[in-house]
Amino acid sequence: MSSTTGRSEIDASPSGDLAGSTRRIGDRVFAGLSVGSGAFVVVVIAAVAIFLLVRAVPSLAHNQADFLTSRVWNPGGASPAFGIADLLWVTVISSIVAMVVAVPISIGVALFLTEYVPARLARPFAAAIDLLAAVPSIVYGLWGAYVVLDYLDSVQTWIGDAFGWIPVFSGPGIPNSIFAGSVILSIMILPIVTALSREVFAQTPAAHKEAALALGATRWEVVRTAVLPFGRPGVISASMLGLGRALGETIAVLFIINVVRGDFSWSLFTGGETFASRIARDAGEFDTPEKTGAYIAAGLVLFLLTFAVNAVARVVIERRKAFTE
Amino acid sequence: MKLSRTARLGGLALAGSLALVACGSDNNSSSDSSSTSGAAASGSSSAAALSGSLDGEGSTAQKNAIDEAIATFTQNNPNAKVSYNATGSGAGIKSFNGGQVDWAGSDSALKTDPGDGGAASETDAAKQRCSGNDAWNLPLVAGPISVGYNVQGVDKLVLTPSVIAQIFLGKITTWNDPAIAKLNSGATLPSTKISVFYRSDESGTTENFEKYLAGAAPADFTAKPSKVWAGKTGQGAAKSAGVAQGVKSTDGGVGYVEWSNAKDNKLGVAQVDNGGGAVELSAESAGKAVEAAQPAGQGNDLRLKLDHATKTPGVYPIVLVTYEIVCSKGLAADKTALLKGFLKYVAQADTQKGLADIGYATLPDAVLSKVNTAIDAIS
Repeated sequence: MSSTTGRSEIDASPSGDLAGSTRRIGDRVFAGLSVGSGAFVVVVIAAVAIFLLVRAVPSLAHNQADFLTSRVWNPGGASPAFGIADLLWVTVISSIVAMVVAVPISIGVALFLTEYVPARLARPFAAAIDLLAAVPSIVYGLWGAYVVLDYLDSVQTWIGDAFGWIPVFSGPGIPNSIFAGSVILSIMILPIVTALSREVFAQTPAAHKEAALALGATRWEVVRTAVLPFGRPGVISASMLGLGRALGETIAVLFIINVVRGDFSWSLFTGGETFASRIARDAGEFDTPEKTGAYIAAGLVLFLLTFAVNAVARVVIERRKAFTE
Repeated sequence: MKLSRTARLGGLALAGSLALVACGSDNNSSSDSSSTSGAAASGSSSAAALSGSLDGEGSTAQKNAIDEAIATFTQNNPNAKVSYNATGSGAGIKSFNGGQVDWAGSDSALKTDPGDGGAASETDAAKQRCSGNDAWNLPLVAGPISVGYNVQGVDKLVLTPSVIAQIFLGKITTWNDPAIAKLNSGATLPSTKISVFYRSDESGTTENFEKYLAGAAPADFTAKPSKVWAGKTGQGAAKSAGVAQGVKSTDGGVGYVEWSNAKDNKLGVAQVDNGGGAVELSAESAGKAVEAAQPAGQGNDLRLKLDHATKTPGVYPIVLVTYEIVCSKGLAADKTALLKGFLKYVAQADTQKGLADIGYATLPDAVLSKVNTAIDAIS
């Protein structure tokens, strides 16, 4: 007993000292750096939020219209009146449509790359998808505005003829519509969602898949019972990253979607503006702090919107995780 | 030509960097040779050539004109560096009043009424920036705004201000409307729906187009002119390029764009009949509108009040006059010399004629002589 304790003491003290002395320098520096980096991110986000608030509040105080429900936008002059109802609607609906188009395709591509394609082809395919993510959004904007629009117009007319009785598809539409912008947005977020989904699907434990195969499952049944449930949280977070990009996309939206004034319409085939595109459009004419503040207030709402989207995604992922494990 | 300029700039940069190296090094053969080459480079420019650097910022409407002028001006004065940053009139005036740039380009003269929330007026702020001296608005670049259209089978179209206003406000909706047909007897007008395109971004082009409609067709256009398009019909597209593209790709499309955009996109350009006969848009007919304008400033402050309703034959009335906003006094001496040199260059008849090729109006001699007098008075 005593000898055991004695040996353990002898063993413990020098090794503990040695580990302590080496840890002290390297560990401390590293710990300091990582805490610093973490704190930096928090500080930056807080600084952005504070900047937006401080600059937005004076303009909001002078606002003659209801900021959340009004459709007017006259932020300049002696009696500024501005509201974000239109911006919020177009931002949300264009991003949702983009998600509806992009996520199923992304999941399909990711499954194809992980489960169906021969291994030697998977790599070049994946590289091609990643390449799509590297294309700058201005290029998508130009391509969309000058090439894709012509083709989308006929698709849009067809949908309008067939489903025009649904308010979101009602006509008459314009070629430079929210729908057209959404399709370009979906192409932009496709590679992000695909790349992340592919990573997650590839991590499916072989045991799960083999168990399904052993029970006589077909390939599709393996995907349905093993791969998809395992990958679901990953796909959701991938989609949320894509949604974040869609919500904040500026230049492609600016190029593609035309503005339509007049009565409000639920239709996707009419034009509109998102938060980001309106701010970018008018950025050259921010001549007074009050006017700038109105746009900053709109930016603040976009900031909060993306925050909310991420928070919802977190909650969903946590719940799914508990379910699958 | 471009190549030689680049080469010259490159040579200058090389000589300059060598000269810098020479400063830091002791006597040796390489430093001697480089300093002589540096001296040779600076000696090669003539004594009259200007040097230094000059920064301007502002209106996008005059960007192409100023860029063109800068390119040829710096060819003659290789040691001068002039830059113009087209960020928009509002931003340009802000930078000028803040002292960040030496001159501003603007679609409208400095405002004299107090700013939002009781802030100092632009004119007062500019005076403060110029150490208490007046800032002058010099009309140097004028761009005609064209009513560009795309109607199949219609090569020539005459419109009156009242009809233009009704088209853009959605009161006339088809191209074979009697109001249009009456002005274009002989033309076969289709029943195509009119698709109106306007600028969705805030723009001096919009403001000037609205000023024209409000001035020439006050009964039809009642909104107060502003940088935001007042109409509710049609589609707004981003920038002149977006409007021109929209008109070009839509049969029955019509939009107001700077002339150069209409030319580049091969749009039909409507002739405008203010009551003195139809006038085709040309550099000269648009320049005459500036000549016909009334001076609204005092002395050498050459702010203009355009007569939009003018019935004088041969005057194309929809013109956007852009100003160069400069300090009458108070700029550093070397900058003043360069600024005067550059402005005089833009105000030359030859330069103005060159601007016609890229879609600007040619300012008539009467206007140019006034501008030159003002430039001479800058000290």
